[in-house]
This record gives sequence, C-alpha cells and structure tokens, in this order.
Amino acid sequence: MEYQLTYKRFGERSILIEWPSKIDENILHDVLNFKDILVNSKIKSIIEVNNAYCSLLITYDYFEFYFEREVEILKNLYKKENNTTKSVSRLWNIPVCYDVNFGIDIEELSREKGLTIEALINLHTQSLYTIYFTGFLPGFLYLGGLNEVLHTPRKASPRLKIEKGAVAIGGNQTGIYPNESPGGWNIIGNSPIVFFDVSNEQPCFAKAGDKLKFYSISKKRYHDINTLVEAGVYQLESEVLHD
Amino acid sequence: MIRVLSSGLYSSIQDFGRLGFQKFGVPYSGVMDRHSASFANAIVGNSKELPVLEITMQGPKLQFEYNTSICISGADISAKLNNNLIGNNRLIVVEKGDVLSFGKLIKGFRAYIAVFGGFKTEKVMGSYSMYHNITSKSRIEKHDILEIESQKTMSTNKNASIKTNEAFFNLKKVEVFKGPEFNQLSEDQKSMLLKTEFTISKDSNRMAYQLQEVLQNSLDPIITSLVLPGTVQLTPSGKLIVLMRDCQTTGGYPRVLQLKESSINSLSQKFTGNSIKFELVNE
Repeated sequence: MEYQLTYKRFGERSILIEWPSKIDENILHDVLNFKDILVNSKIKSIIEVNNAYCSLLITYDYFEFYFEREVEILKNLYKKENNTTKSVSRLWNIPVCYDVNFGIDIEELSREKGLTIEALINLHTQSLYTIYFTGFLPGFLYLGGLNEVLHTPRKASPRLKIEKGAVAIGGNQTGIYPNESPGGWNIIGNSPIVFFDVSNEQPCFAKAGDKLKFYSISKKRYHDINTLVEAGVYQLESEVLHD
Repeated sequence: MIRVLSSGLYSSIQDFGRLGFQKFGVPYSGVMDRHSASFANAIVGNSKELPVLEITMQGPKLQFEYNTSICISGADISAKLNNNLIGNNRLIVVEKGDVLSFGKLIKGFRAYIAVFGGFKTEKVMGSYSMYHNITSKSRIEKHDILEIESQKTMSTNKNASIKTNEAFFNLKKVEVFKGPEFNQLSEDQKSMLLKTEFTISKDSNRMAYQLQEVLQNSLDPIITSLVLPGTVQLTPSGKLIVLMRDCQTTGGYPRVLQLKESSINSLSQKFTGNSIKFELVNE
C-alpha cells in the first residue's frame, strides 16, 4: 500500500519523512521497507537512515545537501517500491523473572487492576510484541502490542535508579531497561538478557520489525541464565518468521 | 601520556561523535563546540575531528609525561603552564614534567585541549567520545592516565597563533530552521518564540539546555519520533528544551525549531543566566 508521505526539511542536512500519525504495523512495514530501499540504494550522500513509529530520518553529507533535489530522488524511490532484498524478521523469546524482589511494582499493580499476580503475568506473556524501533537509551526497544488491561500511567515521580534488565510498563507501552537508568515506569520483573553490548559489532540482537515474546522463569532459573550470560555462553531462543 | 592530577568540573574526551549507531539508540555525542575544537586541532597540525579534551567552566590539572605540543581553544579559563599564563589559540610546546592548570573563567564556558596526534583513549563504535555505558568512563577522573603520542620533532611554526572572532562568544542570536511541528504553533506562539529573549536555566548540560521563560502551549505530544542535536522541544508545561550533543535519539515532545550547526557551537559557550534569541534563517 502506498501512503501519502510528507517530506520536511529538518535542520541543515536532514530530511524527515512522515507517514500518517499512528502506531500501526502496516505503517511500520512500509517505513521499514522504504528504509531498506534507501540503505540498499547506495546513495553516497546519505550517511544515516533511522526510523521511529511512523517517521524516517535521513541525514546527508553536509556538502552535498540540496533539499528539493533530494526530495525528488526520495519520491521516485518510494514510487518504485521494488524492494527485493527484504530483511528477515525474527521472533525473540525473552525470559523474565516476575518475582516480587525484581517486580517491585507488581503487587501494587495487581491490586489496582483487581487481578492476581499470576493473571497479570499471563497477560504480559501472552502477547506477541512488535519491535518498532530502538530509542530513549542505547538498546531500549519500543514495543507495540501491550494488552489494554495492562496499560498503566507512569509513576508521578520517576525513580532515580532502575535496575539493568528491569521489565516495566509505562502508559500503553512495555519495555526492558538495557542499563541502569532513572525512569518513571512501573517495574514488574527483570530479564537476565543483555539488550545492549558495546563489545559486539551489532550491539543489539533485535531490530525494528522483529517480534518479541516474554516467558516467565523462576528465581533459580534467572540466576542460572545470568551465570551463563555473564560467561558469554547463553544461547538466546529465537526463530525466523515467514510472511 | 598525561597524568590527571585533578579532573576539573566536567572534563571528557570528545571527537566528532558517533554516526551510524543511532538505530541502536546510541547518542551522537562529540564535542559541544566543533568550531573551537577544530581550531585547537588545526593549530597543533591535527585533522579537525581528532579527539580533544573538552573542559567545562573549571579546568583540570594535568601533568605531561611526554614532550608534545598543545593548543587550547574555546573558553578562556586562564590556562597556565607551570603556573605561567599561556593564552588560547596558540601553539604551546610542552616538555616532560610540565603541568597544565587553569584559573579563572574569563569568557565562554567550554575549552578544548588538543595535543599533537590526538588523545589515544578508548575507541568504541568508531568514536573516542566518552558517554555513560558506551565508553567505560563518562568523564576523566583524578589519577587517570590519558595516552598520547610522544612528539619526536617539534613543529617549526612554534609561535603559530590565530586571531579568533570575539563576536562568537558574545552572540545572543541563535540561528534556527523551522522544526517539524513549527507550523502547528499559533501565530502568537510563533511570534513569542521568535521575539522573546530566553534565559538559559541551571538545568543545562551536554544532553540539553533548558530555557527559563515559558511559552503558552496547547500542542499535543507527538507519537515518539526522531530528534537531533539542536532540536528545540516544547514540553506540555510550555518549557523549551534545546537538545545538545549527548541527547537521546527519539522524543515525544513537539519539535518547534532546529538549530543551525554553527549555533549549536556558539550556544555551547553559554551558561546559566545568559540570554539568547532565536532567529529564523532562510531555507
């Protein structure tokens, strides 16, 4: 499907392309498709292409930037839509320990929702989440697909310190804190998986367009996985998705 | 190498930052004021983007263990070599054992120390720029050792210096383009944004500068989208935030303006209490 796109100049050498303002998987696929086309187009003056929910930011080499000319090129590329080198999507299975020692807000959340902790965990682990993009912190995944029952406002005053690996809910979103950071989301568990590894050439294993599922693990299993992760021998479960 | 005898207020190694890693949520980072950093590098004969030490308001104390040549550019923080004032923007020959220190802040806010060959500290994702959780340190600390090259033959232009443009430090004008959400502002808001003299608040650092004066705001938040260093965001309470080099890669506040690259440089030399005025440039 072809969308009505808006092309805006964004500063001295960037262009922002906007899709209809919605969080929508069809839009995401079109955004990522265009992103792939641009990355594969080998236009020399493009030095960076990055996406969010329904937008694409293209940054050009400073000395070669002519807005009108670049927009013409982009419009033509979008019309052609002949992306043959579609990148493969994967489903990542992410272990989470929802024990109250990790999920420090899970008891309060279960009271507020009138749900047992078990029911709450079930709702969180049943959904198939879509990875829209990475932002906010290095390795922080923006996930779509949180069950509406679990939507919870952010805390009135953010915590100064949220543990690395914390799994949390903020508004209509859920996410994993890849490193210790301040934050205002409600913490329901912790994952022993490393979401951002600077020593890797690809510091994040997951990418926009991939899917993600959480599964519940015991404290014992958490510590076992943690040991394997720290030793660098843990094999994360994933499968290739076919359209 | 260089021994850090004291660190100063906030000193970090920076180059021109990380490009191409924003898809992993990695900030751009890099020197706040590219203009001054390039200058310092040029005088010691380096290419402009080599790693320099960025120092903020209050300088560190450094002892050199190698012969080298250095240049300090940007803010004037009364640089001294072995307790003698040396001045900015000129080539300084340094011998083993010399101590570089700083004194009173005279003008500007951030100074750059370039050394011959550049600093040889940890390089992560194509850049030497220090950033929390990317490099092992986010700034230099007392007792650190900073690797540099030992310079065998000294440059012949020992007295090289360049006159700098003083206006750069006194400039109130911040040149901007319209941001992606600029046209959603009312005519009143637009004219307030471009006529008000804004004051830099105390909540200003390498990530962002906040401005004190509040703009009436009725804009809804946007669906999280992409931002850049130099993006001016309008928060629900009407506060304006100017994102700087260490900013996040995405944000949900309306982006009303985008600073010209050269204005990010000059804004980096301003601090709490200084005033600025936005001026639209022709696109």
